[in-house]
Amino acid sequence: MAIQTRTEESFTPAMRTEALEDILTERGLVDPKVLAGLIKNFEENVGPMNGARVVARAWVDPEFRARLLADATAASAELGYKGAQGECIVALENTDRVHHVVVCTLCSCYPWPLLGLPPGWYKDPAYRARVVREPRTVLAEFGLTLGAGVEVRVWDSTAEVRYLVLPQRPAGTEGLTEEELAALVTRDAMVGIASVAAPRR
Amino acid sequence: MTAPAAPPALQGASAPPRSNGELVFAEPWEGRAFGLALALHEAGTFTWKEFSTELAGSIARWERAHPADEEYSYYRCWLEALESLLEDRGIVDRAVTLDRAVHLRERPAGHDHRHDHHHDHGG
Repeated sequence: MAIQTRTEESFTPAMRTEALEDILTERGLVDPKVLAGLIKNFEENVGPMNGARVVARAWVDPEFRARLLADATAASAELGYKGAQGECIVALENTDRVHHVVVCTLCSCYPWPLLGLPPGWYKDPAYRARVVREPRTVLAEFGLTLGAGVEVRVWDSTAEVRYLVLPQRPAGTEGLTEEELAALVTRDAMVGIASVAAPRR
Repeated sequence: MTAPAAPPALQGASAPPRSNGELVFAEPWEGRAFGLALALHEAGTFTWKEFSTELAGSIARWERAHPADEEYSYYRCWLEALESLLEDRGIVDRAVTLDRAVHLRERPAGHDHRHDHHHDHGG
């Protein structure tokens, strides 16, 4: 009879995860209820709509905007958005002359309380490497073409500092309510790979 | 804000995950692996910087090796990082996890997966 191999490769990640969870809960290091709650929260509740509300508030309330640019963690907490990976958030304001785009070159650091967990492309090795080397090309591939007069700044997230891009408010939205504005703001715009489009008429 | 339902204006692209059709985790184990790391961090077992450093190392190792037949899996790197950090801290040895995985694999079909009564691991 063949000796059963006990290397990582002989188990799927699902089996290894189940085994680890079994041990950690058995030893009382992880509370199954806490675990279930954390997963559910990120699967269902936390997402880019939080950041969109922050952006819309900044567009309509200049004092909030100033507080956001001074301390995005505190300003976000005013709207109730705080928690893991939101301890130090910096807001980057796009203007006619500067466009910000965010990456995490080493892993996937991201402002969870405002944007939820990152999408696949943000974690992809190609995006992480290329957006630093050739940001304009990468942005164009995402469908965002910037004029030659616009400076592109790429920000590398870390475990300590996460970034939120404050996109430019689109022209022609003067009559919209804060809630209507929030509905225009996409995750891609808050990472800096898109701009916010005015609503179609 | 914990209400799962978004106000009507925030449906579509800005709706919460899942309700807008987006799955945060492609497979259930990814969510479990994610949740285990976060739960351990919140319980004070390690700092997030320690975990993310380990994660970055795990991702860099995969990128260097870049197995041609293997698609990049972020959560596979995440699990590696978690196992590695727990082993380095002397909290859970990888061999113990693999023994448990063998044990879970050999349980009878339909058996409850909770390890609530003892079997002889049988070497």
